[in-house]
Amino acid sequence: MEILGFMADALSPINLLLAVLGVAAGIVIGALPGLSATMAVAVLVPVTFGMPTEMALIMLGAIYTGAIYGGSYAAILINTPGTPSAIATTFDGYPMARRGDGDLAVTLSTLSSVIGGLVGAVALLTLAPLLAQIALKFGPVEYFWLAIFGLTMISALSEGSILKGFIGAGFGLLLSTVGVSVIGADIRYTFGSQFLLGGVEIISALIGLYCVPVLIDLVATPSAHLKPPEQKRGMRLAEGVGLMCKGKFNALRSSVIGVVVAIMPGAGGSIASLVSYSEARRASPHSERFGHGEPDGVIATETTNNAVVGGGFIPTFVLGIPGTPPDAVILGALLVQGFRTGPEMFTTNAQVTYTFIGGLFIATLVMLPLGLLIGRYAFKSIVSIPKALLVPSIAFMTIIGTYAIRNNPFDVVVMVVLGVLGWVLSRYGIKPSPIVLGLILGPIAEQGFVQGYLMGNASGSVMAIFFGRPLSLAIIALILISVAYPLWRAGRGRSSKEAAHEH
Amino acid sequence: MRKTTQLKTTRLGVLVAGMLTTLALSGPAVAESVESYPSQNVQYIIPFGPGGESDISARMQQQYFEEITSQQLIIQYMPGGGGAVGWSQLNGMDADGYTIMGTNLPHIILKPMGKDPGFKTQDLKNFFFFHYSPDALIVRNDSPYKTLEDFIAAAKEAPGSITVSGSGTQSANDIANRRLESLADIKTTYIPFKGTGASVTALLGGQVAAEWGYTTVAANHHDKVRMLAVASEKRHPLFPDVPTFQELGYDMTGGAYRGMAVPKDTPEDVTMKLSNIFSQINANPEFRQKMKELGFVLIDVPYPEVEEFMAKQQAAYEKVARDMGIID
Repeated sequence: MEILGFMADALSPINLLLAVLGVAAGIVIGALPGLSATMAVAVLVPVTFGMPTEMALIMLGAIYTGAIYGGSYAAILINTPGTPSAIATTFDGYPMARRGDGDLAVTLSTLSSVIGGLVGAVALLTLAPLLAQIALKFGPVEYFWLAIFGLTMISALSEGSILKGFIGAGFGLLLSTVGVSVIGADIRYTFGSQFLLGGVEIISALIGLYCVPVLIDLVATPSAHLKPPEQKRGMRLAEGVGLMCKGKFNALRSSVIGVVVAIMPGAGGSIASLVSYSEARRASPHSERFGHGEPDGVIATETTNNAVVGGGFIPTFVLGIPGTPPDAVILGALLVQGFRTGPEMFTTNAQVTYTFIGGLFIATLVMLPLGLLIGRYAFKSIVSIPKALLVPSIAFMTIIGTYAIRNNPFDVVVMVVLGVLGWVLSRYGIKPSPIVLGLILGPIAEQGFVQGYLMGNASGSVMAIFFGRPLSLAIIALILISVAYPLWRAGRGRSSKEAAHEH
Repeated sequence: MRKTTQLKTTRLGVLVAGMLTTLALSGPAVAESVESYPSQNVQYIIPFGPGGESDISARMQQQYFEEITSQQLIIQYMPGGGGAVGWSQLNGMDADGYTIMGTNLPHIILKPMGKDPGFKTQDLKNFFFFHYSPDALIVRNDSPYKTLEDFIAAAKEAPGSITVSGSGTQSANDIANRRLESLADIKTTYIPFKGTGASVTALLGGQVAAEWGYTTVAANHHDKVRMLAVASEKRHPLFPDVPTFQELGYDMTGGAYRGMAVPKDTPEDVTMKLSNIFSQINANPEFRQKMKELGFVLIDVPYPEVEEFMAKQQAAYEKVARDMGIID
């Protein structure tokens, strides 16, 4: 009961106002390519210094929630993930928008984000200490196997040729090695350039690989960017709710995946949403429609990335280990406020913690009306802006956004080069998603492997470290299923076709 | 980012306005007098990502900077290459005193010793070093090693079998491990992780037997871990029961030092003024108390003493680097 009282504190007018402001600001920042959730939170930190801890936390949580959701706008309307967590939203969101269903996609993303956010917050409220213990079971070896599991998703993510998917992933893995390595401090593939020391920044690669090809195609083709809706209509809320009801298991599964991946430090929203997308596709009876504007694809990724928000706070609060990059910033802000994480978060500091969780619930719910409102505006403006204005505005945003990530002008060069390269490669059937997957998973696999190898040498058996731990074995089993399933499915598809021929 | 552009525009506005006034008065175009410095916000670039110790300690300074100067300290991040991306660009930035950058030891000394990271240690114009996080050898509460002697005895018994996590290669943690190895004549397996967070996670999850971290790590995770020894000269006030390495007969002090630098053409008087401002922040009792609670140890190395301080550090790390085979 005490807990409920603390949570109700979040309903005070000033806290409500902060939640609304935070969510609105977050949506706008998240929607702009390059301005990620991490940056939204970091910009806000100095503003929160003068506030009481719970107010500061509510506002930080709200802007984070809003930014993750806002990332879907850019993904749906201009095929560019506004934040890394929205990569997979481009797969079906953009095709939906192309065929004139952009409003429906935005509505679905809003509903999904609210549901995912609520599941994440419930997990944080009820299961935090338990789930935090699971996070600690994941060591270097498990991360290595997880990264390999992630790479098996290439078969789910590549359109058409799996071989081309692997070529893309190989290119992404190679890109991920550029710069100073974490283990060994070797300088690799920088060709003497001090700018490449920091490696290829993931968000600038995302902007380049996804957004630049869209811009090139916009300029190269005469047709309108998105098909405008035939008649005046709202945001098709009823239709969206109907689709959500049909996809309720998908939404639930995706939320759970979001929470589970979020509690593992070092994974994060981008990996979580890719995993849930490929799982949704695997489970769907219409898996062939994925990638061509299937509403279930949008539901899967958008529930997941908002479930990551609540899930990521679990290790942050219980263990003092940030689950995702924005959590790291929030943890820093907490420390500056003179606040300690750990068990006392739920005992002596329970008031602050539960008020914050209450605030997270409110921020998530506020997202529904606010998102539908801002989403409608965003959709209308992107559809109605003439191309001559749209292309330079997006181009301008990509450059500013890329520069802003780490104030490095060279990242803009990398973005443009990768963009042009991505456009050429995709003409030959090598899509951006496997490249990005390689870029994200490469460092996790590499570090996990070397750390596991060192641990194995110390304990006397490298084999026992990699193949002797129960959790590793479970992940290896998942990898085998993931590799065998498409083959089995393809085989079954062929035999049923052959059977049909015989009759 | 919008904030930055806005700032840039206001800065430009101020500049233009200033120039016009100077013209109107038809006086000689003099640089801004040091008395009125700072008359606008100061950009404080952290060459790491947000959320780390460099960020947190800069955030602590931020609020007091405004109290003293009534100008804001705007924190920006320029991560990459373990700081190298930022430091290699510092001297190309505006040398007007309105751009400063965080610097870290041993990073700025060790990095240029290996391959060329795009900057040289002596090219960085450090003007103040304000604190350090003392190295500490940390174990879980349930660890069989009750004292440093237990740990060393176990390492002697089975060389290389004890795993120790830390952040990065050729980093403060890596060096601390090498120093203890040579002082105690033991062999351990050092496993580098990306950042202190990942390295602590490995310790808490039982992936490694011990971790090279800092007093700050122990302060942050005080309910789950304990320190075997700290590498400060005196015991840390937060942990009166934890002995120093020196007390136990191992002559090692050190850790991760943090300071600030300006682009090298910044006027001397402005640099001196910056040094004074940050000395004042360091003297603030509230600031001292908050930093102590986080596990930091404050030091005061103002601009006039920086050269001597750096020379001493350079000599110490050169010796370690030679032992480690980074230089020959």
